[in-house]
Amino acid sequence: MSEIPAELRYRTSHEWVRVEDDVAVVGITDHAQDAMGDLVYVELPEVGQVLATGEEAGVVESVKAASDIYAPVSGEIVAVNDALEDEPELVNNEPYGNGWLFKIKMADSGELKEMLTADQYQEQLDSE
Amino acid sequence: MSNETKLIFQHSRPGRGANAQAPKPVSEDQLSAIPASLRRKQKPGLPEVSELDVVRHYTNLSSKNFAIDKQFYPLGSCTMKYNPRGANRAAMLPGFLARHPLAPASHSQGYLACLYDLQNFLKEVTGMKGVSLAPMAGAQGEFAGVAMIRAYHDARNDDGRTEILIPEAAHGTNPATAVMCGYKVREVPVGKDGDVDLEALKQACGPQTAGLMMTNPSTCGVFERQIEAIAKTVHDAGGLLYYDGANLNAILGKVRPGDMGFDVIHMNLHKTFATPHGGGGPGAGPVGVSQRLLPYLPTPMAGLDEDSGEYSWIDTDTLPTSIGHLSAFMGNAGVLLRAYFYAMVLGREGMIRVGEYSTLAANYLLKRLQQVGYTAAYPERRASHEFILTLAKEAKELNVTAMDVAKRLLDYNQHAPTTYFPLLVPECLLIEPTETESKEAMDDFIAAMEAILHEAKTDPDMVKEAPFTQPVRRLDDVKAARELDLTWSE
Repeated sequence: MSEIPAELRYRTSHEWVRVEDDVAVVGITDHAQDAMGDLVYVELPEVGQVLATGEEAGVVESVKAASDIYAPVSGEIVAVNDALEDEPELVNNEPYGNGWLFKIKMADSGELKEMLTADQYQEQLDSE
Repeated sequence: MSNETKLIFQHSRPGRGANAQAPKPVSEDQLSAIPASLRRKQKPGLPEVSELDVVRHYTNLSSKNFAIDKQFYPLGSCTMKYNPRGANRAAMLPGFLARHPLAPASHSQGYLACLYDLQNFLKEVTGMKGVSLAPMAGAQGEFAGVAMIRAYHDARNDDGRTEILIPEAAHGTNPATAVMCGYKVREVPVGKDGDVDLEALKQACGPQTAGLMMTNPSTCGVFERQIEAIAKTVHDAGGLLYYDGANLNAILGKVRPGDMGFDVIHMNLHKTFATPHGGGGPGAGPVGVSQRLLPYLPTPMAGLDEDSGEYSWIDTDTLPTSIGHLSAFMGNAGVLLRAYFYAMVLGREGMIRVGEYSTLAANYLLKRLQQVGYTAAYPERRASHEFILTLAKEAKELNVTAMDVAKRLLDYNQHAPTTYFPLLVPECLLIEPTETESKEAMDDFIAAMEAILHEAKTDPDMVKEAPFTQPVRRLDDVKAARELDLTWSE
């Protein structure tokens, strides 16, 4: 059973968002890291990059698969998790903690309402 | 089998060597042309070993290979069929082997005649209007194909076309090729039955569409049934259709990409035309085109003057619109000759049997593996020349994954199928037996798969530890990827 923290918002493409004022911290879910297996490489966006919702923001790669990461909300990238360059396994070990991917300054916090709640995301996983 | 797995460096002893093979010492005079800053200060870290050490080491290593010459090799999407020895012998005739690449056409008539005929065979079997044998591998064929799409739009000053559409079930190299040629990639979803989502494709097509790249049959191992509607949708938007020939084996002599509406195709002769895959090469990735892309074919090509019967090279001086050369000469000569021989031996009738028997073999394997308890990813579909099993259920219930089954197969002396590809099917094995395997060889594989499924239910921990009989146990591929280190040091 994968962990799905109640206070976060989710995308069907398995990204999570934690809101810190007008900044959204983004990562991939426990379920996503488990399905990918041990990550060997993480490609992150550049600070200053402006992304639209659903636009490609990076790539996570394991020995068996590579998967695109999409911006769950629109806005400007204000920080990326540089530690992942040397330790991609942080995403596997702490997907909701030190394994975060990037922070995006939200252009429109109203977009959060369109994201899934923990219950809705759980429902999606159950139906897969 | 010898279980020695030392590296050649570990055989090294100070002062040992193969003096008879050693290069002559270089005089200070000869060295003077090389600037001091570029000269080595220390000896290179080469192993110090005798001739016999070297021969034994590499002979032992070669005997450890899993190879089509030794084992069933159902590596899906790779078409690991038998490479006929006769084709090898023909390509090694002294007239071919000793021919210098700069020899004039008048001294290369036999060689040019073979290539000219091969161009025509490939044209006929794919239904395209022109073929160039220049690309030296599948990836280069893809590059040439998309470069021609680009040249076509450029020549028409149609410069708003920035996107290549790629279905999820396409070959993994396609997005890389599109990016190499300066395009943006837009993915098109695939439905639950393995066919392209036609409505989504219609939405995605527009004035920005340069083309669509797809494989048919797709990497889902099924034939795309809406191909005519897909071709019409892309053509109506002004885009061109690219056919990745990775899975040409399934339809050889049966259906032609040219008739399906494709504008450009690359073929992997090292798959469909039985030339060796080698250790990553050399390959051959000829391209075929429809009428409108003829001016852009890569050169050189083999040409024939019908009146004089003389063969010649067609190069950029006579075809200035060509995308040009892809290498100094033309393709991998020896590989092309092997494919020529293969096509000659098969003939038209034989080509049809390739498609039929590769499909029959795949469907036999699929049905039997379903009978012994495996789950097909697309159970309602007939397999093409390959098919997908999904072990999602076994992974969930028994904690035995597709990778565990693949590793355990090695203990049964079977090469593992392709694992975890295509990405859209979880815990998948992509299995392709090819037409050159006998029923007995496939039955051995089925028996091994049945035994492994039983082991997975009764002793899953053992399966997770496999392999047990190979020179090395399970390798840590995660560590290898995270801490890549290719340099020997004591």
